[in-house]
Amino acid sequence: MSAFENILEVDQLITSFETERGLLRAVDQVSFTVPKGKTVGIVGESGCGKSVTAMSIVRLLPQPAGKILGGSILFKGHDLVHATEREMQKIRGGEIGVIFQEPMTALNPVHRIGKQITEVFRLHTKLSKKDAWDAGIEMLKSVRIPAPEKRMMDYPHQLSGGMRQRVVIAMALACKPSLLIADEPTTALDVTVQAQILDLMNRLQAEMEMSTILITHDLGVIAETCDEVVVMYAGRVVEKAPAKELFQQPLHAYTRGLLASIPTLETPSKSILNTIPGMVASLGDHAHGCRFCQRMGRTAPVSRERPRFAEVSSGHWVEMCPECYQPV
Amino acid sequence: MNIEHRTSNVEHRSEEKKAPLLRVEDLRVHFPVRGGVLLRQTGAVKAVDGVSLYIKPGETLGLVGESGCGKSTLGKAIVRLLKPTSGSIRFEKTDISDFGQSGLRPYRKDFQMIFQDPAESLDPRMNVRSILEEPYVIHGLGSRSERQKWVNELLDRVGLPAASADRYSFEFSGGQRQRIGIARALALKPKLIICDEPVSALDVSVQSQILNLLVELQKDFGLSYLFIAHNLSVVKHISDRVAVMYLGKIVELASAEAIYRNPKHAYTKALLSAIPSADPTIQRKKILLEGDVPSPIDPPAGSAFGHRIKHPRYEETIGADLSLKEIAPNHWVANDPCCLAADDWKLLNA
Repeated sequence: MSAFENILEVDQLITSFETERGLLRAVDQVSFTVPKGKTVGIVGESGCGKSVTAMSIVRLLPQPAGKILGGSILFKGHDLVHATEREMQKIRGGEIGVIFQEPMTALNPVHRIGKQITEVFRLHTKLSKKDAWDAGIEMLKSVRIPAPEKRMMDYPHQLSGGMRQRVVIAMALACKPSLLIADEPTTALDVTVQAQILDLMNRLQAEMEMSTILITHDLGVIAETCDEVVVMYAGRVVEKAPAKELFQQPLHAYTRGLLASIPTLETPSKSILNTIPGMVASLGDHAHGCRFCQRMGRTAPVSRERPRFAEVSSGHWVEMCPECYQPV
Repeated sequence: MNIEHRTSNVEHRSEEKKAPLLRVEDLRVHFPVRGGVLLRQTGAVKAVDGVSLYIKPGETLGLVGESGCGKSTLGKAIVRLLKPTSGSIRFEKTDISDFGQSGLRPYRKDFQMIFQDPAESLDPRMNVRSILEEPYVIHGLGSRSERQKWVNELLDRVGLPAASADRYSFEFSGGQRQRIGIARALALKPKLIICDEPVSALDVSVQSQILNLLVELQKDFGLSYLFIAHNLSVVKHISDRVAVMYLGKIVELASAEAIYRNPKHAYTKALLSAIPSADPTIQRKKILLEGDVPSPIDPPAGSAFGHRIKHPRYEETIGADLSLKEIAPNHWVANDPCCLAADDWKLLNA
């Protein structure tokens, strides 16, 4: 395992959906890598392809509409695009853990917590029923759920949102995955619970030497937890950089727009906030050229070729659209 | 109650000349809990438990707290979508707290509500024109052509093209739907709008558009807002004063600046420290709270927050008066030894 510096290498990934309007590209040649033990954040507005990217990695795209049409997803050197469904079943929940946004829908409402968490062990390890039960209690303990023995007998609706999300995290981490994909893990939670969950994820990540892909639209969460950030817009990566650098020196107009539109405790009250006019074009209407220019109503770059994605300084990549690339 | 007396003092000061538009006093909303074979009432969820506040014309009062603290219930009780158990809600000069449906009707147009999820609060079978016309129809205002004109004006005011009138709400994006919800709230020229998490479901770029719109509308129409949200940066941005709510009670109430620069209550401090900052150079020390808000069915006997943080002085607070006291001009905080710094506690109880 130590042979791989990057646990995951996504290269030129193309994911499309079959629709009435034909084949539409939701993810358009996306590339990024996840170094071992690091957290990579993916940000962007809704509909920019963050979740589809994640679902492509674990091959949980809606069927039969969703298809990976190109590129590769190397997980520990093994291409997941061409893995069989059987192999994927072993990997999901085993080597790759997944946390979804809404913990209520990720848990089965008619089964007790205990049954759902032991199922992970029963599927992926050779533990006996009794050992799996004990391992389940151990997992609940590690995510700091009080009275775990009792909680094993509860149904999901008996737990609060924060507790449910902890159960989902416990299940995702049960088999000590080397990669965790967390899709908006704290979006539905209060700030106080969010802080608890993020702290927990950070701690477990350090303990388990795990890599994480964190998908969120909250730039604050990204700034606090990620080592590297991938900014997506309309199915493409427009900027990619180490977290500190991205926040201090955003180079793409979209990244700047996003950062400027968040009110902080320092912004003067009731001042007019920066906005990004318009919205992400719908899938079928994406331009071939620069898509952010399309949103801003700039016609020239839209009709041109797709802007080159280039490394402008060490580890800092940006789409080189003459309008959107704004060096300091 | 203590606060009643104190707030009326406050109003005599020069800076507080305007009479409040809304004054809520000792408001309680309790929901019965039934059990047993005969479904007798076995207890009560004390969702709102003795809240007093006021909102002046043209002012925004922010209301923050974790889910389950009763902030939405308070909002709904103020616009009388719920009947309060006790307490008074004075809107201008009238106490509307125990009015029936017909008694409320003349007042309804003065206070409106904007909801979190515009998709769920807009009828998918009605086109935008009918949604925006409905308030006029219900209140018997205008002729058909006048209403058409008003609808077009509303759409224009919230930044939607006139052609939107003939489309259905599901054809719009989340941000645009929220604009429709705002237009509907504006239709009857209200004085007060209760905004219940109006931007929580939106992307940051769209969130800022909606916040800007709300700020502009307030300036243009002199609206008052009760702005309910769990995102403290957003609340700080839009509010003049902020109330922090915990388990059915207000624990701190002050100007937005004071709450953020100089919070006094331990819960406010914890909430503030939990906000993730989009600036990696700022490393705030996080105060991690254990557990969740306790159940309002069976709240702790003493300080609810003191109980959560297992404060050594918790026992003292059982049966004690923990009501709000003025620690600095216009800065109110619960007089709770578990939740105040030692100096502040001494200052209040000198």
